Amino acid sequence: MSSISDDVHSDNQHSDDHHHAPAGIKRWLFTTNHKDIGTLYLWFAFIMFLIGGAMAMVIRAELFQPGLQIVDPNFFNQMTTVHGLIMVFGAVMPAFTGLANWMVPMMIGAPDMALPRMNNWSFWILPFAFLILLSSLFLEGGGPNFGWTFYAPLSTTYSNDSTGLFVFSVHIMGISSIMGAINVIVTIFNMRAPGMTLMKMPLFVWTWLITAFLLIAVMPVLAGAVTMVLTDKFFGTSFFDAAGGGDPVMFQHIFWFFGHPEVYIMILPAFGIISQIVPTFSRKPLFGYASMVYATASIALLSFIVWAHHMFTTGMPLFGELFFMIATMLISVPTGVKVFNWVATMWRGSLSFEMPMMFALAFIVLFTIGGFSGLMLAITPVDFQYHDTYFVVAHFHYVLVTGAIFSIMAAVYYWLPKWTGKMYDISLAKWHFWCSLISVNVLFFPMHFVGLAGMPRRIPDYALQFADFNKWISIGGFAFGLSQLIFLALLIKACRKQGEAVDARVWDGAKGLEWEVPSPAPYHTFETPPEVK
Amino acid sequence: MQPEEQSKGQRPPQSAKPNNAKLVGKLVVVVFGMFGFGFALVPLYDVFCDITGINGKTNDTAATYTNVEIDQSREVVVEFITRTNKQIPWEFEPVIKRMVVHPGEMYQADFVLRNSESRDVIAQAVPSVSPGQAALYLNKTECFCFEQQPLVAGQRVVMPMRFYVDPDLPKDIEVFTLNYTLYDVTGTTTGSTQMGQK
Repeated sequence: MSSISDDVHSDNQHSDDHHHAPAGIKRWLFTTNHKDIGTLYLWFAFIMFLIGGAMAMVIRAELFQPGLQIVDPNFFNQMTTVHGLIMVFGAVMPAFTGLANWMVPMMIGAPDMALPRMNNWSFWILPFAFLILLSSLFLEGGGPNFGWTFYAPLSTTYSNDSTGLFVFSVHIMGISSIMGAINVIVTIFNMRAPGMTLMKMPLFVWTWLITAFLLIAVMPVLAGAVTMVLTDKFFGTSFFDAAGGGDPVMFQHIFWFFGHPEVYIMILPAFGIISQIVPTFSRKPLFGYASMVYATASIALLSFIVWAHHMFTTGMPLFGELFFMIATMLISVPTGVKVFNWVATMWRGSLSFEMPMMFALAFIVLFTIGGFSGLMLAITPVDFQYHDTYFVVAHFHYVLVTGAIFSIMAAVYYWLPKWTGKMYDISLAKWHFWCSLISVNVLFFPMHFVGLAGMPRRIPDYALQFADFNKWISIGGFAFGLSQLIFLALLIKACRKQGEAVDARVWDGAKGLEWEVPSPAPYHTFETPPEVK
Repeated sequence: MQPEEQSKGQRPPQSAKPNNAKLVGKLVVVVFGMFGFGFALVPLYDVFCDITGINGKTNDTAATYTNVEIDQSREVVVEFITRTNKQIPWEFEPVIKRMVVHPGEMYQADFVLRNSESRDVIAQAVPSVSPGQAALYLNKTECFCFEQQPLVAGQRVVMPMRFYVDPDLPKDIEVFTLNYTLYDVTGTTTGSTQMGQK
């Protein structure tokens, strides 16, 4: 393998000589290079993470005490809505697309993404989508305030005119992620190095391939749903209006037909990342590679038949409740296979606890907590108590913050030295990890209790008995928000190329093609495909 | 397609171009297909609900009453409730709130609607039955909800609804409730009866 890395190295020296990328802003505007676009996606996602986080700070400041203190209820509702939209479509999804752009070509031995010009488009329409969404907050009457799920009739009959901007921004986000997904699929199918068979692909590539199929299957359904909201609101159709023969409950069916696969879009790449990191720092190959692939595929397939578990309280017949309850619980089987395989990979491995491994371990424990509260929510009879309470908020923040976001942080700590060629500031990273880990649990764990006690979500005020827990939740929230500034400082330092130089492999247990190229990864890699044995 | 590619082994990446166009084409078809599927869910939903009756919608065109056997031994309670959407200041009340009926026998229930505003309006009543399964067995031969009701300012109308309960109504349903929600469709209406078209 070392001969490959030498070849690659000399090859890149050669191409760098006669390749003159435009400098300054034009480099980034016109770039078709998968590494540049990956970097753009990741920075964009991080900026969105901070903006969405600032909105969460407004929410937590208002909920610090009972009563209305800081913002009026309409603005509070706009904050919960836009916080959700930004975190889902602006932070988690672009961060995963950025990681796919950076890593998928390097992991399968391809010189770039298959469709580099489309890649440029799929990134550069994204800032405009969020500019439109954020600017709607400054309109008269404010931005969207109907929750990120935009249930009709809240988004049709009762919304204001900024709904049009909301709809178009969601359209653009959808087009962006569909183009990104098509690019990933074509790259993986057509650009693999000779000998890189499907069942030799690293798991991050596998999980992204399956995620990409989920994206092209459900993002168009979301586009359809927002289009129906648009025509119902502005053009007199009655898809969701009972007066004209429509049905508002149908909105929920269409939305969650998109929405449930969407939550797996946000967690499957995370499974891939953890499956890369755990073997590296256990110095053992991944336990049960094939079962990991099949488990991912079965989670993806099952995600299409469980959507109505979000709607148990809409008055479903008993058969429907039983079907969706059992189908939902079935998903815990392949998910359990994954958690088991990660633990089995660590079993009798020679573990070391570098930063990526710390985040991966936190992911495994905390994601599993989120998975268990998900199982509780799947039980129809008790869901009537949990529905629309803070228990649900606790559940999806455990799987999305300590799940998806922690995995993204783990991925950044894992691959950042490969990107910059320098080891990041490890003591800052440790501060970031421990501050985040403690504060995130102070933030989200008490939400289980207030939720079980009946505190409803999306309400700016609450009954007095929830006051103490909410104070703790808010303190945890502010601490978690501040902890991310440590991460920002670390990233700025890393991008200025401060720190110790690292070798090509970076981590002594790391396996895979991305570790064969030098650090920092040259602008062009694998122009001659490597031979995979 | 994959086993083929694996057996080929050597594949220079530059020759992958035409392949890309073909695969992109297929994926774009999937994307547009799923966009269409999102809209296809709308009629699918209606058909599914018509067959199973799970959303409590009653028949929206007149049923016929011929040769229905009357089950004198069984009594079913039918309750009527009404409400107006968004606090429209109209008076909308059932004349009788509760009826004890024999399955198979024809009954009439009257509803009173008065437009207490000083403008002409068009109203649309939308029925809903709870428990939803009973909707399949409530057959209406005549209903004001089949069409929109134009009312001049201050007009009061008595609107009849004639129905019978199918004798096949499951035994465990002893009481069911028919709700009418009244919507103001003045201005938003396209003139004809949207309920009838559906």
